[in-house]
Amino acid sequence: MQTFDLEAQGLRALNQALHNLKGANTNETAWEVVNPKGSHAIAVGVDAPIDITVRGSTGYYCAGMNKQATIRVKGSAGPGVAENMMSGTVIIDGDASQYAGATGRGGLLVIKGNASSRCGISMKGIDIVVHGNIGHMSCFMAQSGNILVLGDAGDALGDSLYEAHLFVRGTVKSLGTDCIEKEMRPEHLAIIADLLKRGEAEHLAKPSDFKRYGSARKLYTFNIDNASSY
Amino acid sequence: MCGIVGLFLKDPKLQPQLGAMLTDMLITMTDRGPDSAGIAIYSQGKIGHGKLTVQSATPEVDFKNLDADLKDALGTPVLMLVKSTHAVLEVPAGQLDAARAALAKIRPGLKVMSSGEGIEIYKEVGLPKDVAARFEVAKMHGTHGIGHTRMATESAVTTMGAHPFSTGPDQCLVHNGSLSNHNGVRRVLKQAGMTFETENDTEVGAAFVSHKLQQGETLGQALEATLTDLDGFFTFVVGTKDGFGVVRDPIACKPAVMAETDQYVAFGSEYRALVNLPGIESARVWEPEPATVYFWER
Repeated sequence: MQTFDLEAQGLRALNQALHNLKGANTNETAWEVVNPKGSHAIAVGVDAPIDITVRGSTGYYCAGMNKQATIRVKGSAGPGVAENMMSGTVIIDGDASQYAGATGRGGLLVIKGNASSRCGISMKGIDIVVHGNIGHMSCFMAQSGNILVLGDAGDALGDSLYEAHLFVRGTVKSLGTDCIEKEMRPEHLAIIADLLKRGEAEHLAKPSDFKRYGSARKLYTFNIDNASSY
Repeated sequence: MCGIVGLFLKDPKLQPQLGAMLTDMLITMTDRGPDSAGIAIYSQGKIGHGKLTVQSATPEVDFKNLDADLKDALGTPVLMLVKSTHAVLEVPAGQLDAARAALAKIRPGLKVMSSGEGIEIYKEVGLPKDVAARFEVAKMHGTHGIGHTRMATESAVTTMGAHPFSTGPDQCLVHNGSLSNHNGVRRVLKQAGMTFETENDTEVGAAFVSHKLQQGETLGQALEATLTDLDGFFTFVVGTKDGFGVVRDPIACKPAVMAETDQYVAFGSEYRALVNLPGIESARVWEPEPATVYFWER
């Protein structure tokens, strides 16, 4: 286990040490970051199959652009956690602030508390599992990937949605433009079962508890009746 | 950007440390707003006494014999404490308005930062650590306080453009964001008799809340009204003699974190600002909801 004291050693040294592992044949596969104290940009741009545990709460952009790594925050995360994640897993034990998992292209983001506004905004392939609630404007313009919410969703869920799958167990305060409730088919139940398992939530819910929301496809698709408007 | 910090103490034992705790929080928010900083500190003064905090660009001229001159003008004793470009003038509480009117005559160049029984406001251009050191904020005692680090967007980087803004007795407001309808709201408030020192959008927010309080509304009602009448981005933190309130606009893109223990309620634009508070590890930490008013009063 490599222990890194962020307060003593500094952010650039941490991220450089983690970036140095890219493509390296290393046995330094388990990292622990202590004294994060809400610092920004912790473990951003990691590209190695390693495990990183952050012991405390983080500031902006923790685990941004992650590839391959498993990053666990033993606290809460500030705005933009796992932004543009490519692959790997990010697990937040506490809450996440706004735009968690924004523009994520792959991998899995698990938030064990609540996520605030704009969770999964413009997601493009990431899977997100939130054990609590998500805030307003979540999944705005979400393109692909899956989000599973065990709690409630705030206002304007899935506004201007493309082809992401949204699954919510609790209430949805309001749906955004062009987002509708859709029929749950067996393949969706299979996606949910897989997300519950990978999202450490199998003991908390079952697939049949959820409703599915998706795009009505009236906003982003070409409509021949509107041809004269273009 | 801009950074906000706030602390409302429930445990009187912490009161001697209020200034030190707020200074540490304020300096942590330097990179959100390095161009100016300000702080409002509330303390329980002597019963029946009021305080005017004034600022001068030429303190060596303006503050010379100011206490004696004000005493002559009012016919009551005046205590003065000078701190750099600011001075706190202590007068009988019933004389605060008279003192303010007298100051406009005997020292027309002075700016009044705050007036009330508990409040003192210090603000200047410069790095938060320098501003805090200049006014020895770390040594101050108090019951609650609000600090702000400014990255200017809507008006010039000047002392008067720094936050907090005080537009009513013992009232102050700090703001992260920008208001888009402040000119229209300012016009309406001017017609209603409110006065303004700057072209700043936040001063309009402060005056809006003060006007509501003047009309007999509660702090909670005044903050609710900001959600319907003010347009733009805002996270506001507001102080009154006995209270401390927080409200965010419905979009809520300006960050905010709160923490509460048996000893205090704390506000920070980021969690970083709260990490050195006592017992933060076991505090209830949450993000205030959009379009939701929070306030604490003693």
